[in-house]
Amino acid sequence: MHPGVTPLVEVEDLHVHFGRARAVDGASLQVMPGEVLALVGESGSGKTTLIRAIQGLQAPTSGTIRLEGTPLERSSRRAIQTIFHDPAVQMVFQDPTGALNPRQTIYEIVAEGLRIGKRSGDEKQRVLDALSRAGLRPPERFLQLYPHEISGGQRQRVVIAGAMVMEPRLLLADEPVASLDASIRGEILGLMRRLVDETGLAILAVTHDLGLAWNIADRVAVMYLGRIVETGPTEAILSDPQHPYTRALLSVVPETREMEQQILTGEIPDATRVPPGCRFHPRCPVVQSGEAERRGFLTRCHTEDPGILRADAIQAAACWAVAPD
Amino acid sequence: MTSLAMQRRKATAIRVWTQFRSSRQGMIGLAVLALFVLLALAAPLLADARELNPVFARSQGNPQWGTPGDFGPLGTDHIRRSVWAQFVWGSRVSLFVGLAATVLTIFIGSVIGIVSGFVGGKTDGVLMRITEWFLVIPFLPLAIVLASVLGRSVWNIIFVIGITSWPSTARLVRAQVLTVKQRLFVDRARSLGANGSHIVLHHILPNVSGLILANATLAVPISILTETTLAFLGLGDPSSASWGKTLEEAFVNGAIVRNAWWYFLPAGIGILAVVLAFTLIGRTLEEIANPRLSRQR
Repeated sequence: MHPGVTPLVEVEDLHVHFGRARAVDGASLQVMPGEVLALVGESGSGKTTLIRAIQGLQAPTSGTIRLEGTPLERSSRRAIQTIFHDPAVQMVFQDPTGALNPRQTIYEIVAEGLRIGKRSGDEKQRVLDALSRAGLRPPERFLQLYPHEISGGQRQRVVIAGAMVMEPRLLLADEPVASLDASIRGEILGLMRRLVDETGLAILAVTHDLGLAWNIADRVAVMYLGRIVETGPTEAILSDPQHPYTRALLSVVPETREMEQQILTGEIPDATRVPPGCRFHPRCPVVQSGEAERRGFLTRCHTEDPGILRADAIQAAACWAVAPD
Repeated sequence: MTSLAMQRRKATAIRVWTQFRSSRQGMIGLAVLALFVLLALAAPLLADARELNPVFARSQGNPQWGTPGDFGPLGTDHIRRSVWAQFVWGSRVSLFVGLAATVLTIFIGSVIGIVSGFVGGKTDGVLMRITEWFLVIPFLPLAIVLASVLGRSVWNIIFVIGITSWPSTARLVRAQVLTVKQRLFVDRARSLGANGSHIVLHHILPNVSGLILANATLAVPISILTETTLAFLGLGDPSSASWGKTLEEAFVNGAIVRNAWWYFLPAGIGILAVVLAFTLIGRTLEEIANPRLSRQR
C-alpha cells in the first residue's frame, strides 16, 4: 500500500470465538498513520468485537495485533483485567451516555486518563485544550457540569476530548454517531475528520452506515460474518463495488439511485453456524440469480472458502465471481 | 483542583439536603432521631447514673414498684431503680450498639460484595458459597450460640450482630457491582489504562455508595432490634442498661402481671421510635440516591 511505511496497527488472521460462535473469524487489516478506515457491515458481522479486541477489551482466541510493528500481548489465557492498554490507542463509544460515569464531572472525566497515566504538566490546561479542540467552547463552562446536564452530542464530544487528551495515534470509533440526532452527526463526523487532518491521528471507525464512510473515510473495509470480504479506497468501493455483498449494501443507500435495489434475503447467519464454502453464498444474489451457475463457479461458492484477504491489499474482494481463478 | 473538588462536594451536599428537606417522612425521621441522639448525649444531665444501682436506689429510700406519681417522671422497678434513668441511659447503649454493629455489617458486606462482584470467577464462587452458608444458618440460634460462647459484653454483642447480618448486604452490593461493571464507562476507564483498584475506587464505589448508605440506614434498626432480642433473651451485657435489658427484667419480674406499664412501655416506645426514625431516613436517602426514583417525583 505504502511501501516502507510501518502500518500504525496491523491485525493478522484474528479470531475471537465465544464458545462455538465465531464472532471474528480470520480478519486481517491495516491502518496507516493519518488515515481513516471505515469498517462497514451489518449488525452481527463482528466489527465491534474486532475493534474491542484491538483496544484490549476483548481477548482474541488467536491471531496477532501489531501496534507500529510491535505485537501486543493479547492472550486469551490472561484475564481481561490484566491486559496492557497502550495509551496510543483510544476508543470512542456508540453510546456516549453509557461511556460517561454519571458521578464524575466533565473535568474529572477528561482528566481521568492523565491521572491514570500520571502525565506531568498542567492538567487543567490540557483538559481545557482538549475540550475546546473537541468543540466545547468556552471550555471553562463545562468543567463542573455532570454528563446528564449536557446534550447527547456534547457528551460524545466529551468522550472524544477524554480520548484526545491522551494524544493517541489511533482512535477506534464504535458507531460514533449512531445514537445521535441526524443534525449532530455531521458535526461530530466533521470534528473527527478535522482531528485527523490537524493532528495526524488515524481513525478506525465501525459503522453500518455507508454514508458515514463516504463522508470521512479514506478507505473502506466491508465485513461479513467475522471476516473482511472487500477492502479498497472509499471512491473505488463506493463507485465500483466488486463483492456482491458490498453491492447489495450500497444499492439500498438512498443516494445511489442509479443502482437497482438488491434486498438481501434473510438475516445474517448465526456465528455458531458459519456456512461452508463462501460464507455469503446462502444470501448471495450472484448465486440466487443463477449467474454463478452460468459462469461455472457455483460449486466453488458452495465448497471452497475464498480465503482471507491480505492485510496489505490495496483493493481486493473475497469472492469467486471477482477472481474465479 | 482541590478547591474545585471541594466546591463540587459542597454543592452535592447542598443538593442532597434540599431534596431531603422536601421529604416529609425524612424530616419526621430526622426529628425523632435528633431527639433520641440528644437524649443519649445529655444522659448525665438528665438522670443520675447511680440510680441504676439497686444498692444506691435502696439507700435513697426509693419506693418499690413506684408509679410515675410516686417517684420521678417514670416510677421505679422491682428493685427500686428509677425507670427514667434506665430509659435515658438505655438509649445510649441501644444507639451505640445499633450504629457500631451496622458499621461492622456494612463494612464486611460491602468489601465481600465488591470483591466478589468485581473479581468474579473462582473468587466470586468461593465468597458467595461462604455468604450463602451464613445466609442459610438460622440467624437467632447462631447469634445465641455465639453470644453465649463469647461471653456477655457490649463488644461481643456488636461482633455477633455484625458477623451474622452481613450476607444480605454482600449479595445486594454484589448484584449492583455486577451491573455497574458492565457499564461502558468501565470499558472507557480500561482503555485509558486504569487498573482494577482505580476502577473500583473511581467507578464502582461511587455508583454503589448510595445503595450502601441507604442499606446502612436500613440496617441500623435491624441491629437495634437484634440487640434488644439478645438482651431480652438474657444474653445482653449485664453491666449495661439497654432497652432490651429493661424489657427482659420487666418481663421476668412480672411487670405485666402487676400492670406496671411505666416499667416496660418507655423502653418499648423508645425502640419503636428509633427504629421507625432510621427506617424513614433510610427510605428517603434511598430515593435520593436512586436518581430514577427521585426524578419521577
